[in-house]
Amino acid sequence: MNVLRDYIKSLFLLELMRGLALTGRYLFKKKFTVQYPEEKAPISPRFRGLHAQRRYASGEERCIACKLCEATCPALAITIEAEPRADGSRRTTRYDIDLFKCIFCGYCQESCPVDAIVETRLYEYHFENREDAIMTKEKLLAMGDKFEQQLAADIAAQSQYR
Amino acid sequence: MPEIRNYTLNFGPQHPAAHGVLRLVLEMDGEVIERADPHIGLLHRATEKLAESKPYNHSIPYMDRFDYVSMMCNEHGYVMAVEKLLGVEVPERALYIRTMYDEITRLLNHLMWLGTHALDVGAMTMFLYTFREREDLLDCYEAVSGARMHAAYYRVGGVYRDLPDDMPKYENNKFRSDAEIAKKNEVRQGSLLDFIEDFTNRFPGLVDEYETLLTDNRIWKQRTVGIGVVSPERALQLGFSGAMLRGSGIAWDLRKKQPYAAYRKMDFDIPIGHNGDCYDRYLVRIEEMRQSNRIIRQCVDWLKRHPGPVIVSDHKVAPPNRVDMKEGMEGLIHHFKLFTEGYCTPPGEVYAAVEAPKGEFGCYIISDGANKPYRMKIRAPGFAHLSAMDEMVKGHMLADVVAVIGTMDIVFGEVDR
Repeated sequence: MNVLRDYIKSLFLLELMRGLALTGRYLFKKKFTVQYPEEKAPISPRFRGLHAQRRYASGEERCIACKLCEATCPALAITIEAEPRADGSRRTTRYDIDLFKCIFCGYCQESCPVDAIVETRLYEYHFENREDAIMTKEKLLAMGDKFEQQLAADIAAQSQYR
Repeated sequence: MPEIRNYTLNFGPQHPAAHGVLRLVLEMDGEVIERADPHIGLLHRATEKLAESKPYNHSIPYMDRFDYVSMMCNEHGYVMAVEKLLGVEVPERALYIRTMYDEITRLLNHLMWLGTHALDVGAMTMFLYTFREREDLLDCYEAVSGARMHAAYYRVGGVYRDLPDDMPKYENNKFRSDAEIAKKNEVRQGSLLDFIEDFTNRFPGLVDEYETLLTDNRIWKQRTVGIGVVSPERALQLGFSGAMLRGSGIAWDLRKKQPYAAYRKMDFDIPIGHNGDCYDRYLVRIEEMRQSNRIIRQCVDWLKRHPGPVIVSDHKVAPPNRVDMKEGMEGLIHHFKLFTEGYCTPPGEVYAAVEAPKGEFGCYIISDGANKPYRMKIRAPGFAHLSAMDEMVKGHMLADVVAVIGTMDIVFGEVDR
């Protein structure tokens, strides 16, 4: 009897039909995909995208050139040079992040004692030549100015966890 | 009749079914494989050597890049080894979070394996369906660590941050009605744990769907039953682990045999196969997904009821929280010491292994008492599996090589290291 049942099952392609019925159902369901460039998937406030340097509300840059991020960077992607400024405060004269080396681990943000170097939610960027892959201090500060509102909100939202 | 000679075929490294950069030199008699010679090393990045020049914590992000589809399990293996060396006691909540994320990682890996294996063998739909579920799990990864794949979430002494209380949500846009977006956001209203719980409720049904498409499918069976058979004795001799070993009928699982994290308190079964062929290994992995789902649900239940610290309070190993660092001198000193020098371990050697989705992922560290390992060695399951390539494909057809590569679940990040 079993043999006969198996024979009928295989003759009428039952298991294939069941599979086709499943895929057929999905054919008429709402599509799961996201219309990417216009519609985006949700991003967590912990997201680690392109870097930025923040400023205080007064416009003064936060970074005090403690070089903790440089020391803790596993990929050695950060290069810092520092000198006392004319007013005597210690600031960086050079702050480069080599994006070819960076592995986006977030250790720089984790280590920064003044929340200066952060990682934004930006994940769409490109370079047209090799120099562009170096995030210089100017570029980082410009990024920070552009996204300050979002960054401040994200850091505030995360403060209870860190 | 003219003499027919064997010829040599180069399979990969750019072959789409070679799972990355596998290069196989196949000696063939017609369409039958006489000898398979895997050439490895195309993805060698010297991570083990790099680890010798970095403080212990700096190697954690590099662990993600070994087996790049089971990221957190690799971190777990490394972090456990360092903890063993230091003798650190990890808070219980961190153990449960690790257990939960290890299992989420196992689902991620098995879904990836199932999709690509089926795609290689000729079932395209599976790939689309499994990647839909992977999207939810990658959202869990991102919510907790900030990266969809290379998480760098585990730390020596616990995990970096506690689980978030809210999930990121879809924003309204002109492509969908607000009602549709609201429906998509329904599962994201609660905490991350609610999101994961919802997933565990849905997931068994989805595994049933995968099984509808594959388990009885005659094409799938023709391509996998009796292919790449490994006897239990031979599987042991070859150093197999994970589903490759269990598919041959040996009930060996580090989660049961040498319980770590919170696995001792988890209720789950180890599925084993009978014949040791590709089909049995497929069934084993499918059942493993169901068991992982069970474990995740138990972890979610526990984590919801037990808040607490997620990393040790010993600031020689783990940094103090931001407030202590910004307001207290001692906290600031600990913070600076940790992020520059790291911590020194007592001299000695340790081996710690976890049951990664692919098998036993072990980390062997020799320490000379410095803040970086003197030598680190990774025991990657994929390497042992790949070594058996010749034995498994001998006598099979060329098309079966693809099925065998798929069933081995090879990822070159860990084979080449």
